[in-house]
Order: sequence, then C-alpha cells, then structure tokens
Amino acid sequence: MKLPIYLDYSATTPVDPRVAKKMVDCLTMDGNFGNPASRSHFYGWKAEEAVENARQQVADLINADPREIVWTSGATESDNLAIKGIAHFNQRKGKHIITSKIEHKAVLDTCRQLEREGFEVTYLDPASNGIVSPEQVADAIREETTLVSLMHVNNEIGVVNDIAAIGEICRAKKVFFHVDAAQSAGKIAIDMESMKVDLMSFSAHKIYGPKGIGALYVRRKPRVRLEAQVHGGGHERGMRSGTLATHQIVGMGEAFEVARTDMEKDLAHVVALRDRLLDGVKDMEEVHVNGDLEQRYPGNLNISFAFVEGESLIMSLKDLAISSGSACTSASLEPSYVLRALGLNDEMAHSSLRFSFGRFTSEDEVDFAIEKIRAAVTKLRELSPLWDMYKDGVDLNSIEWAAH
Amino acid sequence: MAYSDQVIDHYENPRNVGKMDDKSENVGTGMVGAPACGDVMRLQIQVSDEGIIEDAKFKTYGCGSAIASSSLLTEWVKGKSLDEAAEIKNTAIAEELALPPVKIHCSVLAEDAIKAAVKDIREKRGD
Repeated sequence: MKLPIYLDYSATTPVDPRVAKKMVDCLTMDGNFGNPASRSHFYGWKAEEAVENARQQVADLINADPREIVWTSGATESDNLAIKGIAHFNQRKGKHIITSKIEHKAVLDTCRQLEREGFEVTYLDPASNGIVSPEQVADAIREETTLVSLMHVNNEIGVVNDIAAIGEICRAKKVFFHVDAAQSAGKIAIDMESMKVDLMSFSAHKIYGPKGIGALYVRRKPRVRLEAQVHGGGHERGMRSGTLATHQIVGMGEAFEVARTDMEKDLAHVVALRDRLLDGVKDMEEVHVNGDLEQRYPGNLNISFAFVEGESLIMSLKDLAISSGSACTSASLEPSYVLRALGLNDEMAHSSLRFSFGRFTSEDEVDFAIEKIRAAVTKLRELSPLWDMYKDGVDLNSIEWAAH
Repeated sequence: MAYSDQVIDHYENPRNVGKMDDKSENVGTGMVGAPACGDVMRLQIQVSDEGIIEDAKFKTYGCGSAIASSSLLTEWVKGKSLDEAAEIKNTAIAEELALPPVKIHCSVLAEDAIKAAVKDIREKRGD
C-alpha cells in the first residue's frame, strides 16, 4: 500500500495511464506537435484533427454538439468566461445575477468582481442539506436578471443540485443558466439535449485528465452569445483566443471518453467505498455527515467529528491524504464557508474532513483509513476539553467564550 | 504545512494530559479560547500552600501547535512559583516550538491560559 493513501479525488485525480499515453504522442518531433491553427501544412492539419476529435469526445459525454465546446485553461477560466461574458454582453438588458453562497470561489470571486463593476448579485442560501431549490431560484429572478449560475455537484460536500428543474425555470423566464460541472462531469449523467442549461464549465483534472485544460459548453440552439475575456488570434470562434494546447486537449478528450465508457463501473466502485468508510466510523459518537446523503455524488464523504479540531485531526492522519474544507481554502484558519452556510456551528465546521474516492482507491486502503480515523478521533477526544464538557453534560452554547 | 520536530514531539506524546478537580482549594483553572476560533485550552495547576506549582494538567481542542504549546507549558510551570509562572511569555513558547507566524496565536493562548490559572487560584485564596 502506497502511503499516504490518496483520498482527495475531489481536489484532483491522477491522470489515467490510457490518457497519459495519448498525451505523450502529441509532444515531440515524431509526434503530433503542430499548431492546430496552422492551415497551410500537414502538421497543422493533423493537430487540428486531434483537437476536433477531442472536442467530439467531450461533446459525446454530455450529449452535445462539438461546436458547442470551447477550450479553456480549466473550470476557473470557464466560470469567468461564462459569468463575465454573459453579464457584459447583456448588461443593457439588466445587471442582476443570481448564484449561491456555496459556489466555488471561481464563481463567487467572479461575481464579486462584477459587483465592483456595478452589477448586483443575489447569493442564495442553500437548505441545511446543501441544496438550492428550484423554487428559491424562481423567487429570486427579477426583471433585470440576466444570469443564474449554480454548481451541479458541490466540491466540499458532494450534494447534487437539480439543474434540470432549475433550467426549466430559467428558460421560462428567459434568463441564462450557467452550471459549474467541474465536480460532476464524467461522474454522473449529464444530457445537454434534455437539460435547459445554456453554459457549462468543465475541468479535465477532476476526471483523470491533465491539469491546465478545461472547456466551456456554450449552447447553439437557442444561441448563447457572450463577450470574450481573452483577446488575440480569434481562436474558438472568437470566444477564447490562444494557441490550442494539443496534448492537453487530447488528454481531456480521452479522459472524457474513458469516463463515458466507465461511468457505471466508476460509480458503483465509489458507492461501495463510501458505504464501507461510513459503516466503519458511524458507530462512533457524535459523527455527522455534512450535506444530503441521498442527493449526492457518492465519491464524496464530508464528516464532522464533533469536539475534535480538523487541522489536528489531519495532522494525526498523516498517512491519509485528505482535506479539511476545500483545497483552495484549507491554507486559511477560517472554517469552511460552505459548512457555515449550511448553518453548522463553528466547532462542527472546524471538525470536518472531506474524504473523496476514485477509480484507483481500493477497499484495503479504505479499511486502513477507518482504523487510522478511529484511533485519531479517540486520541484527540481524550485531549479535548470540549469532549470532557460534552461528557459531563455541559451545553457548549451556554458558555461565554472569550473570542480571540 | 510543515510542523517543527518539537511540535510533532509534543503532539504525538503530549505531556500531562488530564483534568483536576476545579473545585479544590489547591487547584487553579484557566480556560481560554473559543470553539469558534478553533482552539480552547484548559490548563490546571495544583499549588502548594507555599505558592509553588506542584503539578499541572491540560486538555486542548485545537491544532497541533495549540496542543504542543499547552503541553510544553505544563512542563515549564512545574516547580515554579505563581509569580514566575505568570511571567512566562508567549515568545519563549513560540521560540522553543519554532512556531511559524500563522501559529503565534497558539503561544499567546498558552500564555493567557497560565495567567488565567494563576488568577483563579489567587482569587480562590483571596490573594
């Protein structure tokens, strides 16, 4: 068993060997190294063919037209392009945007930037199970609303929003609907033919592809127009300039194709691992799953071990590669904004760990993790004055803490 | 984040973990911090009639640096007078444990804890 055991597939995944092989073929002199925009010679044509093949592979996963796929550097850029692109293009129609409080920072920070530019943003509060309801969206839409941006699967707690139902509402009210699908694409079914989603962000590295490449789905019927954010040679039909990275794109295409063919198998695998881990720890006292357990991508398990602080828990679980909160915020000392938005109190939010499983996780690794978790939680509770107080029947909320 | 060897040592083998009877005349208790901030320290000292700290115990909810700071503190205060213990500075703890800047607050909390414990025993004794 290779230590530390990797249980952080929501942060990133290793590149599948099948994908890496295809990528390597697009780098050197004897490979497919040409510039896909070179129209005058064989090397360019061959690279273009590889890029278009990958575009088809990505489109196939989500049942879309390949002409609806725009390559970007990743889901963060896709989110920026979708949100700023729609907001700017439609600003004469209105300057109101709707999102939620538990979106990824790539969406929240983009919305903050638009607020600085004079747009108004409504941040919906999810229910305590982490889900934003279609009714909430319907109630928040106003005359001047141009865009609703919500994630499909939440990166910290794995809950799944009903984007099909929300799409119906947005379409009926003539509001563009953007979905960040970085955590869902290739893991759960997405059908752009039936879902009324106008824009969707994708990332390759969350699904066994390389880092540094992503895509934005931009619907053709009815046509969605947006303002480019990166200007230059007019690549990607003017929506995103910049020389296309053939090897990255080929890697993303292959990763999406493997995900499409292996989706059922991958899903059954993570369901079994998630159930195994949960069964292994749920008999301990004061263990709480954060986010809805049913309406959830099962590769994610976010648990609070009450009265134990997350950072020290991670320190004693040094043989496990896991995260407290999301990788983007775990450098800070603040508890997760996602868990706070669900209404968790601070000590529960501070006590949370995110386990995420994937294609290469084994049952033995999960069993090893269970053993380590049980030992660490027991040890840290022995050390915890809060655990003492809980055991003595003291209500922690009744104490006047001196905040520092 | 990389922890220093000193922090790891105290974290993996914490000294003087435990709880004393906080009602006892000879015990001073200092509980500082808040769950909201991610650290709560409870430091207890057992003090002789002559004002010498004979024993110390702690329990801490917090990160590895907070646990290490309180563990180290229990070692340092044993055998000291109350005046001497109250003079322990957070900078000395931070230096001994090689705490990085983002973890200095853990040593501050430890200093607050011993000050609070000394204050508690003095109030109990009407000093």
